[in-house]
Amino acid sequence: MVSEDAVDLQDVVVRYGATTAVDGVSLRMFRGRVLALLGHNGAGKTSLLQVCEGFRSPDGGRARVLGLDPIADHDALMPRLGIMLQSGGVYPWATTGEILRLFASYASNPIDPEQLLDLLGLRKIERTRFRRLSGGEQQRLSLAIALVGRPELVFLDEPTAGMDTEARHTTWRLIEQLRTDGVSVLLTTHLLDEAERLADDVVIMRSGVVAATGSPAELTAAAGIDLLSVRAEPSLTLDGRLAGLDIKENTPGEYAITGPLDATTIAEVLSWFADAGARVTAVNTRRRTLEDVYLALTTGEKAAAKR
Amino acid sequence: MSGTFAPAPGRAPMRAVLRSQVRMELTLTARRGEAVVLAMGVPLLVLLGAGLTHATNVPGGDRLAFVVPGVLALTVMSTAFTGQAITTGYERSYGVLKRLGASPLTRPGLLFSKIAAVLGLIVVQLLVLAAVGVAVGWRPHFGQLLPAIGITVLATAAYSGLALLLASVLKPETTTAAATFIYVLMLAAGGIMFAAPNLGTAGWFILPLAAHAEALRQTLSHDAAVPGSIWLSLSLWTLVFVSAAARKFRWE
Repeated sequence: MVSEDAVDLQDVVVRYGATTAVDGVSLRMFRGRVLALLGHNGAGKTSLLQVCEGFRSPDGGRARVLGLDPIADHDALMPRLGIMLQSGGVYPWATTGEILRLFASYASNPIDPEQLLDLLGLRKIERTRFRRLSGGEQQRLSLAIALVGRPELVFLDEPTAGMDTEARHTTWRLIEQLRTDGVSVLLTTHLLDEAERLADDVVIMRSGVVAATGSPAELTAAAGIDLLSVRAEPSLTLDGRLAGLDIKENTPGEYAITGPLDATTIAEVLSWFADAGARVTAVNTRRRTLEDVYLALTTGEKAAAKR
Repeated sequence: MSGTFAPAPGRAPMRAVLRSQVRMELTLTARRGEAVVLAMGVPLLVLLGAGLTHATNVPGGDRLAFVVPGVLALTVMSTAFTGQAITTGYERSYGVLKRLGASPLTRPGLLFSKIAAVLGLIVVQLLVLAAVGVAVGWRPHFGQLLPAIGITVLATAAYSGLALLLASVLKPETTTAAATFIYVLMLAAGGIMFAAPNLGTAGWFILPLAAHAEALRQTLSHDAAVPGSIWLSLSLWTLVFVSAAARKFRWE
């Protein structure tokens, strides 16, 4: 069974009444990978995760997790999964230590709760009841609960939401450690740097459908257009010699050149500046970031959702 | 910390899982002040107040023979119905039921742990209250102990069904209010501190607490059989509310 995909979704549909939250999503996640589901709030990320976790059955399509049906094979699947919910799910009147030890007691071969308490910086709040914890502390405990049973596959729903910068970096290092140790990780996020840093594969969702998939590098490369910016005197006359390239003076003296840029065309651009007698003081190239791709793909979604 | 997270999943032996879950359920019950008061404080107060003073009029000459079985029945209701409805309502709204159902504990395991914790709690409460009763002069009979236990199990099942039903269809705040209101209503009208309204046999079908209390009185105080109409009444209550709870129960 080891050859089974971590997650295999085919045409999954999730509806809430008249609203369609997920509208036919297919995706495969291989074992040992870190996959980030990226999208605005309401794009359908959490709904999709709920299907994978067996919390709801899809209104259409088929879901397989570790080769099993999340609902029909629920009891066989659960010990192999680590689940981190966005919020709640924990006895408010139990302490951090009690909760972590409870979940450890469910597992045949748990990570020592004492070690996890230290690793996730929970030692100081070991005897604090859950309802007294800050949002970030609750998140860290939820993450510890997800990991304590040594799962094969973990689902992390916005794992760093509500965390301060330090806790966020700790969590990122932890997720990198999970990958190193061979754990498959499916996480949702709307933080682009999080996806870019952690994910082997990124799935961008928009309004319940998959807008793009690929590694962060593939997504940025496929989007193509790099940017060349040149600083020189303001108000140079832009003539037609650079056909195919688009030159704009965005702010006085700052020229942005877009189009099919490569070594040859960049050289042409610079010689054009030289021929125009310009004194060039700075030249920068910039690759498109995941953020550019993401914004290009998802812009207009919120406006569309309001209509 | 390399290799710390290397996958090695598996469920602990189910007995161990259930044992630690039941322990957690009991720990949390003991931690909630109102639960402890409902579970022991109110019954003790009623037992000593109505049993030893003449603050209320009770039928018959032996006050304790009337009051102690009623207090035992009241305790079963407070734990199986009121306490359980409130706890389940809040655990559902906090997402605890959903989360634990999606753990190696599983949903059946969670339900089993809850039932075991409630039953265990009831057994301890009844033993303590009966012992207090005996200490102040109640003289129970044991010839009909088995039917008394049987009717108590039936009452526990009926109350649990009603509790889970309420917690599934109402918001937790409303559940708490409703469960407390029904508790107070039953305490007043259920024939615990003074005689229930005399509604004849119909009364057993309308007031399960009065029916259960009367059954315990007949068996434990008077060494008599449980009336057939009470068996029928509590069986109906159980059938209706356990099946309704099974249909309506919501994990989130």
